[in-house]
Amino acid sequence: MPPAGLRDLQSARLREVVRRVYEHVELYRRRMDEQGLTPGDVRGVDEIARLPLTVKSDLRDTYPFGLFASPLRDVVRLHASSGTTGKPIVVAYTQADLNVWTEVMLRTLAGYGLHEGDIVQNSYGYGLFTGGLGIHYGAEALGATVIPTSGGNTDRQIMVLKDFGVSAICCTPSYFLHILDRAEEIGVDVRELPLRAGCFGAEPWTEGMRRRIEQAAGIKAFDVYGLTEIIGPGVGAECPAQDGLHIFEDHFYPEIIDPDSLEPLADGREGELVLTTLSKQAMPMLRYRTRDITAITSEPCSCGRTLRRIRRISHRSDDMFIIRGVNVFPGQIETAILAVEGTLPHYQIVLTRQQDLDQIEVRMEVTAEVLSDRVGAMQDLQHKLARQIEHTIGLRAAVRLVEPHSIQRSEGKAHRVLDQREL
Amino acid sequence: MKIHQLSVFVENSPGHLRAPCQALADAGINLMTLSLADTEHYGILRLIIRDWQRAKAVLEAAGFSVNVSEVVAVQVPDRPGGLAEVLRAIEQAAINVEYMYAFAEKRDDKAVLVFRFENADAAVDALRSCKVPLIDDIEL
Repeated sequence: MPPAGLRDLQSARLREVVRRVYEHVELYRRRMDEQGLTPGDVRGVDEIARLPLTVKSDLRDTYPFGLFASPLRDVVRLHASSGTTGKPIVVAYTQADLNVWTEVMLRTLAGYGLHEGDIVQNSYGYGLFTGGLGIHYGAEALGATVIPTSGGNTDRQIMVLKDFGVSAICCTPSYFLHILDRAEEIGVDVRELPLRAGCFGAEPWTEGMRRRIEQAAGIKAFDVYGLTEIIGPGVGAECPAQDGLHIFEDHFYPEIIDPDSLEPLADGREGELVLTTLSKQAMPMLRYRTRDITAITSEPCSCGRTLRRIRRISHRSDDMFIIRGVNVFPGQIETAILAVEGTLPHYQIVLTRQQDLDQIEVRMEVTAEVLSDRVGAMQDLQHKLARQIEHTIGLRAAVRLVEPHSIQRSEGKAHRVLDQREL
Repeated sequence: MKIHQLSVFVENSPGHLRAPCQALADAGINLMTLSLADTEHYGILRLIIRDWQRAKAVLEAAGFSVNVSEVVAVQVPDRPGGLAEVLRAIEQAAINVEYMYAFAEKRDDKAVLVFRFENADAAVDALRSCKVPLIDDIEL
């Protein structure tokens, strides 16, 4: 679709969404009233920045159904995402919403070069989490043969991968690395299998991880972007160019804002991604702050698609910490750990202040893979990790090995940083 | 002959050493011998257990990371110079000892020592050629 035509479509859909939420959702109506906005005031996406922003706590505050714009009898599906504190957030879909979700996931998988006849192993969790079912319907609509293995039971995953002639796998990239490690242990060479593509998402991952996966498995590893609040996986996806993720802009309108001033930023500038759903009925989102840091590019893509792209998400705005004046993202530390260990154990970054000097300690659980009976080998591991982290973030960090399961688990996104500095 | 040794990572603070021992106790598993290597923040608890596969499963089910390594159990005459003779055989084969510890009980009136070698197979060959009696998993 030419950009002008797309813009007209987006604007028409935006007007409809604004009218819908103003009529049916108390929170949006109140916020717009406070700003003296009526639904007719926003005539198109060029004026989207006049609308109020929505944040995650809005979903929690209106738990469970407060942001629904459809009566429950029209809602055919609920999903929920466990929050880091207290109540989960609940999202709703009408049949039309599920059709949109199916369509964007179909586009995602087709964009990876998958088609009818492919055998897709879906190792995302099926259940309240959006990953499993979101991908499931898209892959079925594509005409692929879908194997709903869901997550866990790694040996069975490998058996299916090998025995069923699987050509594409969908899971988190860190889980796939775990599958590869286990496959090697039990003598299965994934490179020898028909597997040719992976749909990896639900967590930030690096180009380093992509190279490792592609080399070790002999596949193309593609990124998919999405979040429960917007629809689940399928908000955007990579194409064969693997150079940014095309946002399915006819359904989700992307903006970049400065996370501090909240001002919109032009294409090309780095900031926080804000998304507005353009076609969702049951639970539309106006200008939802994703906390994901990226930039939008409107440059033409070598694949020929005209949909704008976002750069791969490397970190989130609420993850960053400043230590001795240096901005550090947990993702950088993750990259360092991964470079040394190959897989990612549970870890936590602890910040303290001793004699006016910030100290950073990385606590890492000892997995069976790295455990040795020799103290020297464990100390070697510690030193290697410390060196790699220092090399990556430019600061000296202490590495402390801790027992498995000793770092507190959270139900949703991990609490990676524990800031104990008293400022 | 080589035997299997389980190693468990334990943090260096009160109660942490007991936890794996308790898990084994609850499963009715007896320890034949053990040693603890310690550092400032953590230790590595090494265990010799007759049914090591079951012990490994019990420890893993209790949430511990378990390493399995091969060590050599050597019978050493309980008299002055007994150990020195064994070590001479090892030394002549130019094999390095990573660490060693002893069994709590004697066997056939001999002390039993557990050796962790850099190269267990080479050590077994060297010890056998010097007629040093070894113990395997089955004899345990």
